[in-house]
Amino acid sequence: MSRASDAPAAPVPDAGRGSFLAAYGIWIALAIVIAALPHIFSSGLALSMMSVMGTMIVFALSYNMLLGQTGLLSFGHAVFFGLGGFFAVHLMNALSGGEAPMPLIAFPLVGALAGLVFGIVVGAVATRRAGTAFAMITLGIGELVASSALILRSFFGGEEGISTDRTDLIQPFGLTFGPQIEVYYLIGAWCFVSMAAMYALTRTPFGRICNAVRENPERARFIGYNTQTVRFIAFSLSGLFAGIAGALAAINFEIMNSAQLGAAESGSVILMTYIGGIGNFAGPVIGAILVTYLQFTLSDITDVWQLYFGLLFIAVVMFAPNGIAGLLTLQEPLIRAGNLGRVSLYYPLAVVPALVALAGFSLMVEMTYRLSVGGSEMSFLYVPLNARAPLPWLAAIVLLGGGGWLFLRGARKVGQVYGDAVQEGLRR
Amino acid sequence: MFEIVFISTLNGILYGMLLFLMASGLTVIFSMMGVLNFAHAGFYMLGAFFGFEISRRVGFWPGLVIAPLLVGLIGMAVERYGLRRVHRHGHVAELLFTFGLTYVIQQAVEMVWGKLPVDYEVPRSLDFPAFTVFGTEYPAFKMFELLISVAIFLVLLLVIKRTRIGLVVQAALSHPGMVAMLGHNVDRVFMLVFGVGVALAAVAGVIAGPALVTQSNMAGLLGPILFVVVVVGGLGSLGGAFIASLLIGLLQTFAVASNASLADLFGSSASAGALQTYLSDIWNVTVAQVAPILPYLLLVLILIFRPRGLMGTRET
Repeated sequence: MSRASDAPAAPVPDAGRGSFLAAYGIWIALAIVIAALPHIFSSGLALSMMSVMGTMIVFALSYNMLLGQTGLLSFGHAVFFGLGGFFAVHLMNALSGGEAPMPLIAFPLVGALAGLVFGIVVGAVATRRAGTAFAMITLGIGELVASSALILRSFFGGEEGISTDRTDLIQPFGLTFGPQIEVYYLIGAWCFVSMAAMYALTRTPFGRICNAVRENPERARFIGYNTQTVRFIAFSLSGLFAGIAGALAAINFEIMNSAQLGAAESGSVILMTYIGGIGNFAGPVIGAILVTYLQFTLSDITDVWQLYFGLLFIAVVMFAPNGIAGLLTLQEPLIRAGNLGRVSLYYPLAVVPALVALAGFSLMVEMTYRLSVGGSEMSFLYVPLNARAPLPWLAAIVLLGGGGWLFLRGARKVGQVYGDAVQEGLRR
Repeated sequence: MFEIVFISTLNGILYGMLLFLMASGLTVIFSMMGVLNFAHAGFYMLGAFFGFEISRRVGFWPGLVIAPLLVGLIGMAVERYGLRRVHRHGHVAELLFTFGLTYVIQQAVEMVWGKLPVDYEVPRSLDFPAFTVFGTEYPAFKMFELLISVAIFLVLLLVIKRTRIGLVVQAALSHPGMVAMLGHNVDRVFMLVFGVGVALAAVAGVIAGPALVTQSNMAGLLGPILFVVVVVGGLGSLGGAFIASLLIGLLQTFAVASNASLADLFGSSASAGALQTYLSDIWNVTVAQVAPILPYLLLVLILIFRPRGLMGTRET
């Protein structure tokens, strides 16, 4: 399996004063962005959306430690997310009102510890195998924990879950964490720290060996590494970060529910990570932001948003296996050769027909949905229409067919131009 | 007591045979293409809903034939235009593709038929009690389900062991390169096997739909169990899948019929009282409540103690 290199522009270790900025500039910029965002998007909805995004970034990155870095496809990652959250909630409830010297900001550590411990326990069983068997084991363990959660009611709270009050702890420096903005900064800080830690991990020899185990386990064994141990350590650490994300979710929502450790949550992290791109450290970040944004906004626009979501995922698996980040890194050789501007003029040839085809397809989906819920009057892109009339269906078919045909032609042309431009860049 | 055992055994075998109808396709697809078809339960659900739609318009019997054919065609299209394309990107991509497909099938079914159970009726010609044991009437439709699944099992066995097609399929399992060399179109064999595999799942859907609940979550409920069957039986082993299907079918039906709990087992002595306060959840749970967990527990145990499954020949 070919993947793009892991790190976006590895810091060049050249001597001199500029190297500090070159190596850490992106992180300083990231910190500034995280700090500045609430001042740009200050509405309540934006704040809560960004809080969820921060949580999901940590979760998706922790998942990519498995899928992207070590090549392990897990179907039960939400187990650690959920357990991290549940342990944080229970400790918050146990310490509520008291004077225990544990401020809210330290609670993600609880999640981290829970995630790590369960990561070690589950990892000891699951990482004995790789590949499909590993996927099956994680699926089984995920189902096992999710269905046990419905039985162990006093810990998991049954259907309604366990709620807590994040403001009922000691409050150093007058930080009550009542307002969402304070929670946003808590999540932002933890997100930043986790991102930095996970990135640093990819730069260590251990991170490299994980890549080796992903690419060619046999060779990794031949140079003297126990692949099972490598998988085990990667799995446990990824549990740790998933636990942090779970605790952040618990702090944000002040409730944990057994659904949060189930198959749906595990599935959504796979979607996020893969759509963003597993071959690049920035991929899961992009995926988490995009998918969370879509979850918040699409559900207002259409009732069948999850269908589009699944189709987007399939499209990414089929046509862009390196995800959105992969598509972005494809532009890198063009930038180096200095002909991105010229090539990008051709992109609309593929993008516009694709949008037309998408509109046709989505018109069909929406009309089908309208017919199945009963009734026929609807509006699509502000155009009122009747789902029983033949004309809209004809229009949808024309849009889909014509757009699809033009897209195939356009995509071929763009591919040609792209290939030529890259070749030209290489010759220079 | 004997009554419960008898009825549970019958139900367990029936459930096991239904599982096997699906697991057989899944395991043959897996051993041929190395693809664990995540969406297999999705095709089962499609079978049930197509069967429902056809039985509502035309009748149950045409549905029994047409629905699996339709699903088989969809499956072949999926293999031809989806899986084969993704194959280049490796097994992880294939697994993710079928995973995405599950998601899409589920959403599409919810979009067309809604989230609530649909009224998939038992056909009138089979809507009578087959026999009465200990005052309990056993419906004829269940006997019919049993009959169909046993018949398909036998036909499958004959086709694979006795016919030329079966020979090619078996050969393509282990030596795809050689089979292609001998002039067989391996790609087409794969496509047909995928189509037949998901059509079998659809048959299971059509005949299970009226007896169980036909609802958009039925794939999600059954899918994981199916993987347990395939892994426990040994990936790629048809015989293993058969035994594991029956095992899990019986295990679940018997567990559901049992009301025992730890509290019953230990009674209420003084020491038990202390345990009870700490473990109140576990203490009072009946075996019936634990039933959904049992297959997964079995899966984890098998993977720890016998990783290649009951009858598997290779390490998974």
